[in-house]
Amino acid sequence: MNTAFCIAAAIAVLSTLMVITRYNIMHALLYLVVSLLAVAVVLYMYGAPFMAALEVIVYAGAIMVLLIFFVMMLNLGKESAIQERQWLKPHIWIFPAILCLILLGELLFLVMQNRQPAAGIQVVDPKAVGMALFGPYLLAVELTGMLLMAGIVGAYHLGRQKQKTLHRFLENTDV
Amino acid sequence: MNLHPTTAGLLLSGVLFVLGLISILVRRNIIFMLLSVEIMLNAAGLAFVVASAHWGTADGQVMFMFILAMAAAEVSVGLALILQLYHQLKTLDSDEANKMNG
Repeated sequence: MNTAFCIAAAIAVLSTLMVITRYNIMHALLYLVVSLLAVAVVLYMYGAPFMAALEVIVYAGAIMVLLIFFVMMLNLGKESAIQERQWLKPHIWIFPAILCLILLGELLFLVMQNRQPAAGIQVVDPKAVGMALFGPYLLAVELTGMLLMAGIVGAYHLGRQKQKTLHRFLENTDV
Repeated sequence: MNLHPTTAGLLLSGVLFVLGLISILVRRNIIFMLLSVEIMLNAAGLAFVVASAHWGTADGQVMFMFILAMAAAEVSVGLALILQLYHQLKTLDSDEANKMNG
């Protein structure tokens, strides 16, 4: 249990606390990105650099961007621009930015140091993960693909709006 | 304070999970409830990776990848459901969704 882990864990817990106490969804999302980045640093420390990269790419990248786009989509209109200006005041983003800078410095320090992991931790290299993934877990990989397909189809079906404008030839008929 | 790394990682994962659980119980905004589910899934994945590092096997990391894929599918379907709820009820309050008829 070294200092680097303590710092990353403290940032993760602090930003998660900030997530669950915010009233504004955008502020909460900003802190959630910081929390996921901190967890990615923790994963790196536990000998799983590939999982750390996946955490940053999929969680902090894809899923958070999806949520942010969704929140932006929900409140369209003229007041959204004013709201945006209020949301992006420096005192809103300066604290997450400081936490991110601490995490970046810590990650650079860990990468530069290139030391052995702490006692009690065994590094699992990505090759072993790949061998397990496409060896004994092949059926689960196939099922995950099916789950993602079902997710896409379900999201399309649920998110579809009722058609509001008809073709001009069909306007007089009641459909 | 000289904890074993596995203990420390599981402790962090447990704290994050409990924070998510408290949030999903307390908040009424449905997007915040979805965020809390994400926090809890992330904490569970962290626990899997810590266990994988403890025993030196790849199974935990494989499970983390599955959790990641499941979270992606779950958040897309959840956002579509929230979108429909918002268009039906014009609010994001989850208490308003107690009258689901058709």
